[in-house]
Amino acid sequence: MNMRFLKEYRDGNLAREILGEIKKISLKPAKLMEVCGTHTVSIFRHGIRDILPENINLISGPGCPVCVTPNKHIDEAIELCRRPDVVLTTFGDMMKVPGSGSSLAAEKAEGADIRIVYSTMDAVDIARDNPDREVVFFGIGFETTSPTIAAAVLRAEREGVSNFSIVGAQKLIPEAIRALLENNEVGVNGFILPGHVSALIGIEPYRFIASEFGIPAVIIGFEPVDILQGIHMLVKQIEAGEARTEIQYTRGVPPGGNPHAMKILFSVFEPGDALWRGIGSIPGTGLKLKKEYRRFDAVGRFGIEITGDREHPGCRCGDVLRGVKTPLDCGLYGKACIPENPVGPCMVSVEGTCAAYYKYGMRRSG
Amino acid sequence: MADRILLAHGSGGKLSHELVRQIFLPVFDNDVLNRLDDRAEIETSGVRLAFTTDSFVVNPPFFAGGDIGKLAVCGTVNDLAMGGADPLFLSAGFIIEEGFPMELLKKIVESMRQTCDESGVKIVCGDTKVVEKGSVDRIFINTSGIGAVPEGVSISGSRAKPGDKVIINGYIGDHGMAVMAQRQGLTFKKDISSDCAPLNGLVKEMLGVTKDIHVLRDPTRGGVATTLNEIAGQSGVGIVLWEETLPIRNQVAAACEILGFDPLYVANEGKVLAVVPADKAGRMLESMKKNRYGTESAVIGEVVSDHPGRVVLATGIGGHRIVDMLVGEQLPRIC
Repeated sequence: MNMRFLKEYRDGNLAREILGEIKKISLKPAKLMEVCGTHTVSIFRHGIRDILPENINLISGPGCPVCVTPNKHIDEAIELCRRPDVVLTTFGDMMKVPGSGSSLAAEKAEGADIRIVYSTMDAVDIARDNPDREVVFFGIGFETTSPTIAAAVLRAEREGVSNFSIVGAQKLIPEAIRALLENNEVGVNGFILPGHVSALIGIEPYRFIASEFGIPAVIIGFEPVDILQGIHMLVKQIEAGEARTEIQYTRGVPPGGNPHAMKILFSVFEPGDALWRGIGSIPGTGLKLKKEYRRFDAVGRFGIEITGDREHPGCRCGDVLRGVKTPLDCGLYGKACIPENPVGPCMVSVEGTCAAYYKYGMRRSG
Repeated sequence: MADRILLAHGSGGKLSHELVRQIFLPVFDNDVLNRLDDRAEIETSGVRLAFTTDSFVVNPPFFAGGDIGKLAVCGTVNDLAMGGADPLFLSAGFIIEEGFPMELLKKIVESMRQTCDESGVKIVCGDTKVVEKGSVDRIFINTSGIGAVPEGVSISGSRAKPGDKVIINGYIGDHGMAVMAQRQGLTFKKDISSDCAPLNGLVKEMLGVTKDIHVLRDPTRGGVATTLNEIAGQSGVGIVLWEETLPIRNQVAAACEILGFDPLYVANEGKVLAVVPADKAGRMLESMKKNRYGTESAVIGEVVSDHPGRVVLATGIGGHRIVDMLVGEQLPRIC
């Protein structure tokens, strides 16, 4: 990693200069939603909420892949890992997320064979090395991780690894934003769009935010100077009564995204319905395996059917994900629900809004 | 409380504190232990003694800048030094896995001797246990130590006062990231080395500047953030840290970015946080910079009367955020 970038994009003088510009022009109340959990964490870590003028209000959105995964999929993974022939592979963040009655961490303690992987390719390796076991990958994530999952499916097919399959719970970001806007619960004045996802999909899929809903949206990097510069671009549009989709994070996001990765993604998956925690089923916001790859679907392969999934009655993760409530509005936050003993996924994932609030010391009293 | 021991109970963070307060303290209950300093201070026949113990389970046992033997001596020497004590005698207990190479054991023992020589302590008693393969991972070491506390020294986590300055003797996060980079197979243009070092010499020189040092604490597990939270809590004061003054090596900052760590929570094994009266801070810094383990010393913050019990970071871009104690487990088996 080139540290020059880190210093440049964390430069205090530059940040103060941009902040000065924002303060000079920002008059209207502006509710800005950061869609992505990485932004939430960076905003807290650098104290950005603290320095913005009072009329600018940052709210967190549905961009933490662990958090938006509903209990139904977690229950499916739990059901699968209880089968003695199954090795369940997952990203580490999913381990502690409670499902309806258990969690993967609890199942592992009970003896289930659950292995944490950093890439879906590792799961294919495990399958190849254990031909007498069924290796299932718990596929969560947005457009950032899904191309790798697609590539893993293609590799499994090419190499004839037939004991590999996935629980597909991946989601598409732009369509989730559309669902939020159609629900119109929050009244967002501008979107801070995620840098990582956009590096894959480019700017085009977001155009509707400005053209159909008249709301400014900017693809923004994750360093403090990036975020302030992006907020400045949003505020400029808001004050001028304009709405465009723009890229602040030009060093990371080509306007056309990464067509090669997207081609791999859509050779294996096609858009389908997806279940979102707190939102429900939204057509076209998820990814399902295309017909010719459907044999890689673990839920179908093992005939798993979840009917009794339920969420903790007090948990407000769904409202937090829609930006309707903040963690401070939840009765469990900081009491029954803490990082050591999380009730909802937003307190588990490092990118979860509740975990970020808690880590950076946001308490009801203060 | 959880019904089983979790890795996080050994993290040095919130669950470790809970474990000590709920399981050990009520049972072992006595006035010396209840003070909860890094070492016990006992007075016998008019002599003030400091006494401490520490176990070492680092994985891997050999890492850039040190090994489990050096760590085992430094850890106990430093715990004694943090009370201003002169470390004198150590014990060493070894738990070794069947099949461990004799050659490596010799290297560890030699490394312990070198560190003892440097810090002027002697290992005067010991114990060895060998367990079946798989019952322990390679080698674990326990050391205990005693030292003498000089006249007129009264250093404690509860003595930080508003107005005091917070000084650290150099780069933070080196030990944790050296061990982590080794485990993850990360390499950098300039490799990261552990800062593992005996600090009793440095502390002695610091006490030469003034005996009125309020707090000394080594930010090991849980890092600078957790240690400062302990001090803020024990002293009933607030602490403000200035992000721009924190000494962090480029390669450590980069490794932290890649692996998703915050350097403030990463373990150190050769660092001391000193809380000193503001009028002594300048001379203290000057003196520390002359010691080989203090060349990069810096004033990184100050003690305030606002927000008692809390540590607040003034960020590089002018914002503020609360720096909480470590929650959960960042790096198991870091020391």
